[in-house]
Amino acid sequence: MSIAAKFEIEYLQYLDAEGKQVRDDLPAFANDLDHMVELYKLMMSTRVFDAKSVALQRTGKLGTYASCLGHEAAHVGIGSAMKPEDVFAPSYREYGAQLYRGVQPREVYMYWGGDERGNDYQKEPARHDFAWSVPIATQCLHAAGSALAFKIRNEKRVAVCTIGDGGSSKGDFYGAINIAGAQNLPLVAVIVNNQWAISVPRKIQSGAPTLAQKGIAAGLYCIQVDGNDIIAVRKAMGDALDRARNGEGGSVLELVTYRLSDHTTADDARRYRGEQEVKDAWAKEPMKRLRAWLVAKGVWDDAKEEAWKNECDEWMDNEVNAYLETKTQPVTAMFDYTFADVPADLAKQRDLALQLDKKAH
Amino acid sequence: MAQITLIEAVTQALAYEMAHDDSVVVLGEDVGVNGGVFRATQGLQEKFGELRVLDTPLDETTIAGVTVGLAAQGMKPVAEAQFEGFIYPMMEQIACHAARLRNRTRGRITVPAVWRAPWGGGIRAPEHHSEANEHLFTNIPGLRVVMPSSPARAYGLLLAAIRDPDPVMFFEPKRIYRQYKEEVPDDGEALPLDVCFVLRDGTDVTIVTWGAQVKEALEAADELAADGISAEVIDVATLTPLDFDTIAESVQKTGRCVIVHEAPKTAGFGAEIAARIAEECLYDLLAPVERVTGFDTHIPLFRLEMKYLPSTERVVEAAKRTLAAS
Ligand SMILES: Cc1ncc(C[n+]2csc(CCOP(=O)(O)OP(=O)(O)O)c2C)c(N)n1
Repeated sequence: MSIAAKFEIEYLQYLDAEGKQVRDDLPAFANDLDHMVELYKLMMSTRVFDAKSVALQRTGKLGTYASCLGHEAAHVGIGSAMKPEDVFAPSYREYGAQLYRGVQPREVYMYWGGDERGNDYQKEPARHDFAWSVPIATQCLHAAGSALAFKIRNEKRVAVCTIGDGGSSKGDFYGAINIAGAQNLPLVAVIVNNQWAISVPRKIQSGAPTLAQKGIAAGLYCIQVDGNDIIAVRKAMGDALDRARNGEGGSVLELVTYRLSDHTTADDARRYRGEQEVKDAWAKEPMKRLRAWLVAKGVWDDAKEEAWKNECDEWMDNEVNAYLETKTQPVTAMFDYTFADVPADLAKQRDLALQLDKKAH
Repeated sequence: MAQITLIEAVTQALAYEMAHDDSVVVLGEDVGVNGGVFRATQGLQEKFGELRVLDTPLDETTIAGVTVGLAAQGMKPVAEAQFEGFIYPMMEQIACHAARLRNRTRGRITVPAVWRAPWGGGIRAPEHHSEANEHLFTNIPGLRVVMPSSPARAYGLLLAAIRDPDPVMFFEPKRIYRQYKEEVPDDGEALPLDVCFVLRDGTDVTIVTWGAQVKEALEAADELAADGISAEVIDVATLTPLDFDTIAESVQKTGRCVIVHEAPKTAGFGAEIAARIAEECLYDLLAPVERVTGFDTHIPLFRLEMKYLPSTERVVEAAKRTLAAS
């Protein structure tokens, strides 16, 4: 018997759970300790942001919110490797990547607080990124379409989409990586494998030993990465982005991480998940190991941690206040963004809404 | 000037716009070398290359989602669903993203895309090749639903659809793809969207229809004229947003209305027009509004197909009933 094809999936890790280096060939960016401290700081801000969001939801000031607790390395790693001109098509919890790209915490609060202006990202480069996508996996195709636009226009830009382990089961994900392979598109598809799709564990999604290998069928470069190790994430992302930018095609990255929170604030993970499993996951969480590594390098300590924590708190308090002070949009806003111009027929309904609104006040 | 068919008018509009706007991209199954199964994209790939006339993998979800992505990056994609019956997997992308992104992002991301699909029955096609399901899209806010009924309107409306800053469903009644030819100057002149076309003036009864059924409506008007009945014929052309004013004005004049469409009756777009007439023109009516539509059945295979489609005769009878009622 001869063999038609054979494949291997590499697993990438630089820092183990204790923050010990497991390989010597650190990528160049990791030798820039100021940069590594920046990454750590953003991971911390993301965690503080997340805690504030959950607290806001618990006090009725936000609607349902999807937490990113435990995903800080994955998300900040993705965002920090991207260039401003690239395009990001996230699902609904990649705040770390979005903050890196200029989305403001107040905008995220606004969105989950029921105001579409939260998707109008005021800052570059996020302004040309997609707003998060709730229908699972559909955003992968938007990234593929964007990558196609870049190829047609001969622009050296890359489209990045993120998707969960559950989402990688959907045809849309396969459709996106498939057309990326067929057309050699600059697409980086990142599976953030946090082990759970609401109550459904990873093993129910697929019989494949890795999710990364799904990209093999599409003809893409594939790798599995320790998603709690920001050095590994940033390195794998950087390589994938470089390849895409140089016309060498798309990649599928599987970032193995863990959702330490409930799926959303409407979920109670205790119903389906054992305590021991969560305890074990906390032992591998992403911030502890980076902190240990930075401390060992002598560039971080308790005083710095404390000071930055205070700054984060202040930053987020400001953002929360800005959000809470945002005035509700006029009732006409509902109509004003349905089409570029309000069609005559819709304008009549707009007038009616305005009248009803006046009467109510 | 050459006389061309409706399908040739589609090709002519695509070629014109691709030549004048680099951002226009055509994508779909078999649209390249093969020029589309109906030949709507014939010759375009030779002219504009494999990237601007892109044969996609065979996956409707991919086509629709990639179209959203292209449009969000400022391209003007024109995606082809090979047949209207295969548009269902595209609906998620169209409804959840294309139709909403402008609103979700307060105007920051827009989707200037067109989805073309050969629509409707009457060509002896197999199952799932004859669907008339425009009403599934007319209920989605943020979407334009456009249907041409002649070569000239196919050319002008398709140009308008491509230039429109919002997503447009462009349903091409394939029964009349090659039914007749007409002079269509290739001058890049678009027709207006969001307006009905009054194809024939009349005073006794208003016949409202769109797409392929315009043919039966006009034939019916001829037959009615022979009996001394004056029928006004309105081609709705853009179903949503609806130009109800033109319909209302006509119904106010004639006091009678027959709505004709190929799609099933229940919750078809005719129901919307009838309801609007009831809301806004009830006291102008001299007779109940009549609907002549397909049945609430799956469109049958071709031995029964013509019995499903509304006939000229049914339109004439309905019009006469409205006259007899008053
Ligand atoms: C098409 C679709 N089906 C179902 C849902 C409801 N839903 C929201 S999140 C979710 C689980 C997603 O899990 P995964 O892709 O692993 O991502 P995670 O939330 O774990 O990051 C489901 C089923 C949805 N939003 N979209």
